[in-house]
Amino acid sequence: METHIQTVDVLVIGGGTAGPMAAVKAKEANPALRVLLLEKANVKRSGAISMGMDGLNNAVVPGFATPEQYVKEITTANDGIVNQKTVMANAQNSYAMIEELNDWGVRFEKDETGDYAMRKVHHMGTYVLPMPEGHDIKKVLYRRLKRTRVEITNRLVATRLLTAADGSIAGAMAFDCRSGDFHVIRAKAVVLATGAAGRLGLPASGYLFGTYENPTNAGDGYSMAYHAGAELSGIECFQINPLIKDYNGPACAYVTGPFGGYTTNNKGERFIECDYWSGQMMMEFYRELQGGDGPVFLKLDHLAEETISTIETILHTNERPSRGRFHEGRGTDYREQMVEMHISEIGLCSGHSASGVWVDENGQTTVPGLHAAGDLACVPHNYMLGAFVYGKLAGESSARYCASHELPPLDEAQVELERQRVWAPLGRSDGLPPGQVEYKLRRMVNDYLQPPKVTRKMEIGLQRFEEIRKDLDRMSARNAHELMRAMEVHAIRDCAEMAARASLFRTESRWGLYHYRVDHPQSNDADWFVHVQLQKKDGAMSCFKRPIEPYIVALDEEEKTAYQRLRINKEEPQHANHLAHH
Amino acid sequence: MPITSHITSVPVSVDEDKCIAHKGCTVCVDVCPLDVLAIDFIKGKAYMQFDECWYCMPCEKDCPTGAIHVDIPYLLR
Repeated sequence: METHIQTVDVLVIGGGTAGPMAAVKAKEANPALRVLLLEKANVKRSGAISMGMDGLNNAVVPGFATPEQYVKEITTANDGIVNQKTVMANAQNSYAMIEELNDWGVRFEKDETGDYAMRKVHHMGTYVLPMPEGHDIKKVLYRRLKRTRVEITNRLVATRLLTAADGSIAGAMAFDCRSGDFHVIRAKAVVLATGAAGRLGLPASGYLFGTYENPTNAGDGYSMAYHAGAELSGIECFQINPLIKDYNGPACAYVTGPFGGYTTNNKGERFIECDYWSGQMMMEFYRELQGGDGPVFLKLDHLAEETISTIETILHTNERPSRGRFHEGRGTDYREQMVEMHISEIGLCSGHSASGVWVDENGQTTVPGLHAAGDLACVPHNYMLGAFVYGKLAGESSARYCASHELPPLDEAQVELERQRVWAPLGRSDGLPPGQVEYKLRRMVNDYLQPPKVTRKMEIGLQRFEEIRKDLDRMSARNAHELMRAMEVHAIRDCAEMAARASLFRTESRWGLYHYRVDHPQSNDADWFVHVQLQKKDGAMSCFKRPIEPYIVALDEEEKTAYQRLRINKEEPQHANHLAHH
Repeated sequence: MPITSHITSVPVSVDEDKCIAHKGCTVCVDVCPLDVLAIDFIKGKAYMQFDECWYCMPCEKDCPTGAIHVDIPYLLR
């Protein structure tokens, strides 16, 4: 096996959604820059949208919503813990990004007059733009990458970032998951776009790869950012999703809601008035499952035949097209049966909740020259459109950074240390199989971290994760593919420890089920109206509070508590009436 | 450390009459996000080498001859 060293200006790690956009925008900002897009799989079909996407979940389109309204909605949905400047940057760039994607050939739903056909799914405003033909989005992105002459390498797994003596970014290290070759990529600026930590909890099916997120997204970026000294934020605000039971993919209420589908309990009754995913919504979902009125279902069987056919066409050709095959196997026909839903295992993902690498409104992290975008970057609820917007912002900011910074010298010691760590499992002929270590680690994540969060359980979890740290040095890999899985286990273990430490630090409850602490069941704004940051200090994980920047969009009391009132309470009809105006 | 290997049913099947890997086609191997497909060079056919499937279906959709079928993994079915 060989070691390859190359030098570029901007290195983008992750070729899914945010990454290609960042690479294109860095190159467009300055075509003289060498921009390399490094991908663990193949850019043509990688990441969360490998099979396309059925809609934009957070589009701010003039005439339907304003950036200010969107900032209020997300501030409320995320229980106040947001840096509004980052959410505002997303909102303000939202419409221009939709128009640009439209020009590139992404097909959005339009009405008979040619306007975008917006739908209401959120609690307060209207932000959903369907893409019934969104299965081609990766092809559109790929064409754009080729046109702007971005360099692409596939099947390289990034494992650690390179830093300079002053703590700024200097590149990254990776290995080839087919040959095992070690790669050093020196760069002036780096954009991390490696997606969610989607292989954290163990799915109820027991199948390691039966996750909501593309399982390629194993939390590599969270681990890399942490080891490079970047601040992470909101890690305790877990991702837990309402998914098709066993299949573990979305049903998907955002698509079906505007057509008249809704979530019910086992009596066929609605119990939540809004299907937009939030911690508060998941808490009601959890209560229904636990309270004897579960299972929870997605109800479509009351809809007209043509409506159901339309829903089937969208759901069975986009995002997770194997949904249709799953339903067929179970004998579930939307016309006759409701779809059994369940609550997912935990993950970290700012696309849906808030856990991520801390960024400012340009996607810049706390490590100079290192940017982050997409599910990995802490911009709450930023979804696919937010990944594109922050990809653009991070790409452009990286290009600007290159103009004023020289390439830092290469630190040979960092390279040697990492090459030894990466190649070690290949040198062990008599070790633990990576899959077995991963299974045990993720089962422990379920046992000790799945909400409701119990202090004593999380403390035991930390002990177990320390024990598994020792197992990392006992794993063996028989080939470069198994080596990829082994190195992913390192990242998953880091994410598990981060999830436990950040959760223990915030001694209150917030975000509904995402951070429901049994020992601290109330929210406590006096002490905890702050971001919880996590950072590597003296070689260990350290948590601290970061004050919330003054809001740029004020919320009134009614708006602040809107997401606390999602449950439909039949005993109090006057309360239900009160909610009707939402 | 003593180890063993266990048999597992894998979700991706390849119709070897249709598969043209022997002509140099590697589309399914190329597009798989998890890199679990491989070419058996003796047979000249694609097969699923690792049971690490997201049942996402690019392999099936992008196969030029319709040789690939993705099932839901047995544990989830």
